[in-house]
Amino acid sequence: MPVTAESIRNKLAAEMGAVHVEVEDTTTDHCSTSFKVLIVCPQFEGKPLLQRHRMVNTCLTEELKEIHAFEQKTLTPEQWEKQKSE
Amino acid sequence: MNHLFRLSAGLFRPGTGVYRRRPVSERHVSLVASRLFSSAPENNELGQLIKKDKVVVFIKGTPAQPMCGFSNAVVQILRMHGVDDYASYNVLEDQDLRQGVKDFSNWPTIPQVYFNGEFVGGCDILLQMHQNGDLVEELKKLGIHSALLDANKDEQKK
Repeated sequence: MPVTAESIRNKLAAEMGAVHVEVEDTTTDHCSTSFKVLIVCPQFEGKPLLQRHRMVNTCLTEELKEIHAFEQKTLTPEQWEKQKSE
Repeated sequence: MNHLFRLSAGLFRPGTGVYRRRPVSERHVSLVASRLFSSAPENNELGQLIKKDKVVVFIKGTPAQPMCGFSNAVVQILRMHGVDDYASYNVLEDQDLRQGVKDFSNWPTIPQVYFNGEFVGGCDILLQMHQNGDLVEELKKLGIHSALLDANKDEQKK
């Protein structure tokens, strides 16, 4: 099953208890299949960036095998609210 | 800080950069070294490789000619901070290296940045660290004085 923005969004929402997920297919910007994701998840609280990204990587292990490039922004609900108001 | 964001957005276009006329002493190590990475105990060699220099990056292409927007961004960020003495390895030259470094760090993509033998992250993480000031701090811990600190000082004097 090919990886789509939809499948990524669903997996992140389901497995990580994310409160907000945005997935953008950025394939046209790059040489091949790429996605950009924004994930807001309370489980990121207190975790450094690398650990947050690794959580996402683990969740998407299967998908990442097919994807060429992957950008991610990982925020806690608090950071997300703050960013929205800026 | 807004000007930093606009500047950062430009980082993702390959071939663009903040060019300053001064000798660039970035060492690029050409690894026509299938001898290094074709056999199983890659971890050991890679482990040594990342400890050889304070700042080590695995990218697509070279600092002089990055072959991908994300790799370019890493090179440009380091350049902005005045870090030009670092080791960079071109994964496009060696498929074993390209896969090996992903297995080693358990990280699926290139570029990969290491400080003092420790995996820092990819382009996203470096960019966020650059934007929120963490990169300056981390460089300081490595004994590297970021050029942006001087730039800020100049700004404040005006």
